[in-house]
Amino acid sequence: MLQRLRKPWPDQRAERTLGALASVVLVLIVLMIVFVASKAMPAFQHNGLSFFGSGGDVDRQIDAMVNTGAKPAPGDYTIGAWPLIYATLLTTALAVVGGLAFALLAAVFIVEFAPPSLRRVVVPVVRLLAAVPSVIYGLIGILVLVPLVNDHLISSGRKQSVQYVISLTGTGLLVAVVILVVMITPIMIAIIVDALYAVPKGWREGALALGVNRWRAMWTVSVRAARPAIIAAVVLACARALGEAIMLSMVSGSKGFAPNPIDGLTFIFEPLRPLAATIVEDADSINAPAMSATVYAFALLLLFSSLVLSLAGFLAKQPMKKYGIRV
Amino acid sequence: MAATAPPLPQKRRLDSSLSSWRWGDRIGFVACWAAGIGLCLIAAGIVLYMGFQGLKYLDATLLVTHPNVDTDQSKSGGFLDPIIGTVLLTLIGIAIATPIAVGTAVWLVEYGRPAWLARLVESGIEVVAGTPDIVIAIFGLALFQKGLFSWMSFSAAGGAVFGRSFLTAGAMMSLIALPMVFGATREGLQSIPAHVREASYALGKTRIATIRRVLLPAVKPNVSTGAALGMGRIAGDTAIVVVLLGATLRLQSEGGLPVLGTLRGTGSTLTSYVYNNSPAGEGAAPNRAYAAAFVLLLVVIALNFAVDGIARRGARYGLESTRLDRQ
Repeated sequence: MLQRLRKPWPDQRAERTLGALASVVLVLIVLMIVFVASKAMPAFQHNGLSFFGSGGDVDRQIDAMVNTGAKPAPGDYTIGAWPLIYATLLTTALAVVGGLAFALLAAVFIVEFAPPSLRRVVVPVVRLLAAVPSVIYGLIGILVLVPLVNDHLISSGRKQSVQYVISLTGTGLLVAVVILVVMITPIMIAIIVDALYAVPKGWREGALALGVNRWRAMWTVSVRAARPAIIAAVVLACARALGEAIMLSMVSGSKGFAPNPIDGLTFIFEPLRPLAATIVEDADSINAPAMSATVYAFALLLLFSSLVLSLAGFLAKQPMKKYGIRV
Repeated sequence: MAATAPPLPQKRRLDSSLSSWRWGDRIGFVACWAAGIGLCLIAAGIVLYMGFQGLKYLDATLLVTHPNVDTDQSKSGGFLDPIIGTVLLTLIGIAIATPIAVGTAVWLVEYGRPAWLARLVESGIEVVAGTPDIVIAIFGLALFQKGLFSWMSFSAAGGAVFGRSFLTAGAMMSLIALPMVFGATREGLQSIPAHVREASYALGKTRIATIRRVLLPAVKPNVSTGAALGMGRIAGDTAIVVVLLGATLRLQSEGGLPVLGTLRGTGSTLTSYVYNNSPAGEGAAPNRAYAAAFVLLLVVIALNFAVDGIARRGARYGLESTRLDRQ
């Protein structure tokens, strides 16, 4: 009897309580989707599919929304968000492609080639790079890299050639992508390194025994076996790059402009502004209903893409479970 | 780790035959080294540059004086309020995140029934981890502007809830820390051998008693590791602060009560201080931004590498806890 009194909780109640606690996360996700979608509805209702199109100057459209008052007319919602969406896709794609090559080589280095003394340095370095707050990356970008690009890489002739369209000040695609690569590479390295370690040793040793060199054994056996993890790494890095707001708002030039690859080399210096950065910058003026609907519509796009990417990452990681890796 | 390298004599032979490698392989080898060294150089560059600039502009009075709004940098004060804001927000966030994350992890590992709910919760956490912070921030704004949550922040005369305060920002910050604490706790629980549980059951303990008396004490180092990582994430996050904390320079409390008033009020953190003082923000005081960013970087590095100390202490007690140790 005494034993029973000392037991704090009956087991079943504990199970149910903890289960309810665990479900809080699910409730929050549902709430998040419902809230953001319901707030974003007017923007999609009034624009239809032309929301995703490119009509007019998107910066001017957003500025106009701030002044539309409490009861905006349907026309006030007009926006063609394509430049922002395109900027998001462009920065993410370029950063992930660049970052993947970098991360793959660095992961192979850590697992295979680094002498133990150097490995003891590189592993904390990767964690450090992953931990540096995005605002510090942004600060370094805007105070160091942007002046550097502006002074040394963009010639004044190049600036004059486009001065009636945009001004090139150093902020833009190049700096944004370079810093984004540094930010997302550590995430990919961590996942790929875990996966490379988990590839059964015998496979690679078998290749070595057949006389191939270490690089080839790594590249053709281990890296190939770790392909699901590489896909998972890419997917997670995409999610990170899509959602990066602060750093991009600092170094991307904050202009609703779609850089055009036809411009040749000028392309990489052109300013742009991705969706996430737009949300950060316009969150202050969210009291105007038209503005609020538009900002939530951007958030819904990001939320939807990150949901899809999370699920894709979850699925991509499943094959790795058979090697017993939890990534 | 060393186990992946081939035995020593063989390694020497392979290395000495680098000259016999094909060109493609040699390029790969060199690229790996370049990537590894490049990572170290980037990290060293960031830390040294921030350290150099930070020490140049930081002096002790900045840490203890309140900030002022002033265009003259000699009068704009220090960043005492942002430091307090960072500490407060980190504590609120981790205080909310830890119980939920630990409870969820315990439920998932120890009960995990029904299986579909367990899988849903597991992928739910992945989704939360992949959701951009800016989307979480803007969701928080929509959620906490509901009348239901008016006690958490300031409400205007017309009954409109402001939705921005330490409490609301902290609540959303907990979502950022949640996946880290959850992941670390789950790793720890999964690494406890089954016979430990069985021994406890054999003594007549219920599951919940086993969890409280045996498992939770054993995973304490893991929970601390996760919490430290989560605190690092919270301290480094900017988007939620900019959107949900109001980013007022000083702590502005709402209502008369001393502690609750501050919690319901707005403020700023080191991250938003850096953001606002960078050329991208309104302040444009790069010296202040460098000094504050240096302090922020120290805080984040300390939190992230506190993890090593915790893990080492755990290892002394015979817990093979962290992931890197398992290789």
